[in-house]
Amino acid sequence: MELNGNVPTGPLAEKWTKYKSSMPLVSPDNKRRLDVIVVGSGLAGAAAAASMGELGYNVKCFTFHDSPRRAHSIAAQGGINAAKNYKNDGDSIYRLFYDTIKGGDYRAREGNVHRLAEVSVDIIDQCVAQGVPFAREYSGMLDNRSFGGVQVQRTFYARGQTGQQLLIGAYQALSRQISLGNVTMYNRHEMLDVVLVEGKARGIITRNLVTGKLDRFAAHAVVLATGGYGNVFYLSTNAMMCNVTAAWRAVRRGALMANPCYTQIHPTCIPQYGDYQSKLTLMSESLRNDGRVWVPKNLDDAKAIREGKKKGKDIPEADRDYYLERRYPAFGNLVPRDVASRAAKVECDKGHGIVPTGLGVYLDFNAAIDRYGKSKAHSMNLESPSAQQIWELGQKVVEEKYGNLFEMYEKITGEDPYTNPMKIYPAVHYTMGGLWVDYNLQTNIPGLFALGECNFSDHGANRLGASALMQGLADGYFVIPYTIGTFLSKEIRTPRFKTDSPEFEEAEQSVHQRLTGFINNGGKQSAESFHRRLGKIMWDYCGMARTAEGLTTARRMIQELKAEFYADLYVPGTMDEFNPELEKATRVADFLELGEMMCLDALERQESCGGHFREEYQTEEGEAMRDDENMMFVSAWGWQDTSKEPELNKEPLIYENVKVAARSYK
Amino acid sequence: MKLNLKVWRQKNAKVKGQFESYQVVANEHMSFLEMLDVLNESLVSGQKEPVAFEHDCREGICGTCNLVINGQPHGPQNGTTTCQLHMRHFKDGQTIVIEPFRAKAFPVLKDLVVDRSAFDRIIQAGGYVSVDTGQAPDGNTIPIGKDVAGQAFEAAACIGCGACVAACPNSSAMLFVGAKISHLALLPQGEVEAKKRAQKMVHQMDEEGFGMCSNITACEAECPKGISVENIARMNREYIGASFTSQDK
Amino acid sequence: MNNWFFGFLTSSIGRKLLMALTGLFLILFLAVHLAGNLQLLHDDGGIAFNTYANFMAHNPLIQFVSKGNFFFILLHAILGIALWSKNRAARGTQGYAVTKTRATQTSPGLAKFMWAFGIVIFVFLIVHLVQFWAMMHYGEIGYGIDFVNIDGKEVRNLYTLVEATFTNAGFVLFYVVCMVVIALHLWHGFQSAFQSMGLNHPKYTPVIKFVGAAYSVLVPLGFAVIPIVFYLRHA
Repeated sequence: MELNGNVPTGPLAEKWTKYKSSMPLVSPDNKRRLDVIVVGSGLAGAAAAASMGELGYNVKCFTFHDSPRRAHSIAAQGGINAAKNYKNDGDSIYRLFYDTIKGGDYRAREGNVHRLAEVSVDIIDQCVAQGVPFAREYSGMLDNRSFGGVQVQRTFYARGQTGQQLLIGAYQALSRQISLGNVTMYNRHEMLDVVLVEGKARGIITRNLVTGKLDRFAAHAVVLATGGYGNVFYLSTNAMMCNVTAAWRAVRRGALMANPCYTQIHPTCIPQYGDYQSKLTLMSESLRNDGRVWVPKNLDDAKAIREGKKKGKDIPEADRDYYLERRYPAFGNLVPRDVASRAAKVECDKGHGIVPTGLGVYLDFNAAIDRYGKSKAHSMNLESPSAQQIWELGQKVVEEKYGNLFEMYEKITGEDPYTNPMKIYPAVHYTMGGLWVDYNLQTNIPGLFALGECNFSDHGANRLGASALMQGLADGYFVIPYTIGTFLSKEIRTPRFKTDSPEFEEAEQSVHQRLTGFINNGGKQSAESFHRRLGKIMWDYCGMARTAEGLTTARRMIQELKAEFYADLYVPGTMDEFNPELEKATRVADFLELGEMMCLDALERQESCGGHFREEYQTEEGEAMRDDENMMFVSAWGWQDTSKEPELNKEPLIYENVKVAARSYK
Repeated sequence: MKLNLKVWRQKNAKVKGQFESYQVVANEHMSFLEMLDVLNESLVSGQKEPVAFEHDCREGICGTCNLVINGQPHGPQNGTTTCQLHMRHFKDGQTIVIEPFRAKAFPVLKDLVVDRSAFDRIIQAGGYVSVDTGQAPDGNTIPIGKDVAGQAFEAAACIGCGACVAACPNSSAMLFVGAKISHLALLPQGEVEAKKRAQKMVHQMDEEGFGMCSNITACEAECPKGISVENIARMNREYIGASFTSQDK
Repeated sequence: MNNWFFGFLTSSIGRKLLMALTGLFLILFLAVHLAGNLQLLHDDGGIAFNTYANFMAHNPLIQFVSKGNFFFILLHAILGIALWSKNRAARGTQGYAVTKTRATQTSPGLAKFMWAFGIVIFVFLIVHLVQFWAMMHYGEIGYGIDFVNIDGKEVRNLYTLVEATFTNAGFVLFYVVCMVVIALHLWHGFQSAFQSMGLNHPKYTPVIKFVGAAYSVLVPLGFAVIPIVFYLRHA
């Protein structure tokens, strides 16, 4: 299939502006006659639904949660990037664009990324106007901090709850449109299929999660903003309900899945501690502003710590290996996530790990506490303060900055991170891959759009910290309200759709069959147990380090697991009631198919780039080695049939403005 | 550790529910919800219907989880949601009674799952700043004092879980509503329509059938985010002021 | 009656405000009442007290305010009952099997029993009014009531009525217990009224709480001293 990214021509910095002013519009009167379905109510979905409601479209918005405010965007901690250059430290739209392209290891589309950097500044303004209580300086101006992979301070934040505050802002904007009647909200409705009429996306089938009733909804266009698929790994920092089903159902109807193997493993998460663990908890990347990552230099010390005979604070400074600072002096502890994660894995594989499982490193704040304490003592005119005084003053500053994160850490681990350094380890966090979309955020199915983490568009092979919130809101507030017009302007003569057409009938029937199939499967094992096993396969073979051999093994194991799933799945209850086990079964079924596709994609991508690290392709120093000659493309996989291998389509990546180079943070 | 659970089971909103007893073996590292996962796994493997309970992020921010554990919304640990509560705070052999949030405005849908859509309707009544996308001036146009921004943040930290209603002997939602009114009234962007907002949100709150505040402050004590009842006072002030000074008759 | 004022008064916050304002009025009334009652402690055969009572009974302003006082007591009580029943309804039919409350920053659990204190106080008020106010106005001479000459006029002698009442140990106990209940009611009500009016400030709320606590101990104590003193004098 010929894939056209539809990026406008012209100089990079003018593409979006020119395109915006020349794209076809829909008149206000016509907007009233057009229906748009938005699935998902996180940052991208809520922002899109609200903004399109404001424009006058008839929007129907769906979430499987009990309220739009629960979407997992809410859990983002650290912040949101914007090229405001408020800090006067040399930031610019171009630099944000460049950092994002480089951070993504040169595997993202230039045009999309530049647009993202351009609208980033509008996002901050919009959110401030909505009443998002961003952190401020004493002057009353907006405060910034730095994040990984960049050398400027451009991250706006609201303590450690930035995602929450931004989502509440979008949720409130959405609520306003609901009260005005421009958006109809459907809570506790899960989308289980997308309906195509004459090749265009014209509706969805949903299941009411309280009554179990299947419903048909028609519209002129369908927008998916259903998040990422990190939960294919079972253990991840994603919320428990995050799933791929909506996107995967679109794939099953012909949408392409792009770069599914690009998975972000976040370096600072609380290490796994037990078999019953249901999820992993992230400790914000912002902590790396002040925390130093280290492991004991001596294997004996590491062993003693693992066995509980020593504690982190007992290891003298000389016996600590601050390996990020050692290996990457230019960026130090603020290297991008993929680099930091891999470095942690390398140390732990060598036996320096400091938790009983061997999979953990320290994130230490003592130096920061000391530095802040001294500066505070100085500003208070304390003469020769005692070490204790300095520590107490510094501890207060750190508490002010990261208090809620430290508290969360203590709640989960039962340890005080001020006195003993935090223990962290990488965990699955975000998926850069997603539905293939063009510059308009339209998938290869006309009328079907994908926003936010659900699409693949902006982060290449690795996402920089604080850019997920930026992309979700950019797509929702400032891109889709414009670009959807390119499709809808041609639909102004299309009357409203009825939901009794054969296409809707067929779609509902197939959903019904699928669900009754699960209910009547009559096996013994729960969906959860299959999910856990799938996650283990994915983590072992398609996680931080991948090999051709491992990926081939993983594919076979997943195929076997899938066969076992359909033979031995047990789903209690009925279809016509609140049935979380049935929901889980549909989601795990789709994860199984996606998981296999991820392994296939990882196998085909014969290079190391960003979050995708193939052990066969690395430099002597253990850094990722790209193959720009043969691998500079987007893999877009098309579902064929259950019996056939997915079809690989390639969209070449063309760099006209950035010089493609080896990514170095040294 | 062995635990005796007494869990509220209720088929759906229409029928009456009752407590059922279960035994579960947990360990102290588990979170409370992971302990319930273990219970559910064992129920499912015995071909029995698992206990329905709501949860999502499991890191204390989405506000989905909502159990009353031994008489306390979100359990015995201060400032903690159910998902962040760990079993190390319970004793071997302990009996744990698990109930859904109870309030007329929060009807039970199944087992421990309740309908909290009343909160959404209150926000829809006016819990926003009426600004369309694209209208905003530069974010630094209006300076906002660090303290004020901090106060607004603290009110805005509400996760909408409904523990305040569940804890209140009057099932009052005034902490939730007060937090939103405060968050927006404190900021210059929200202050413009503060009067209308206070009136519309309080009106909707009354319509939903929540009780009235009698300053018991159990809401504040049980709030997993430590939202202060000062926000209720600010709501009272805003509402009283709005009623007497707005132009509407 | 669909105007803004009525709408305000029937809203949850409006009702709470009325509760607070009537409560504060009654709190003020208690202080005035106590100031008068302390005249009873003059060991002068009731001259000071009867002078005061006579003044109160014939000053038109006081008479007007006292009518208001009755009205506010009734309003406070009726509103209290309405609040209580609405709040009960808001809880729904199914209650908790177990309830446990964390320590709150306000009065230890008193708020939950304001309605119960209110009922006791209301009963007390009826007894109190029958015993003194009704006897004073409509009581038959001879049953503890006689006349006394104040400013050249014959008026009913309230002092002897008080004296007669508090020779009864049962009444003394009843009055003292009721004062304790009033103290508890005030302990929560005083600072709660300010919260309901929207006055909560990190600097001033602790002051309000302190004054409220002092007031709710001292004023009922002042009232409770009188029956005890009279009883002891008699004994």
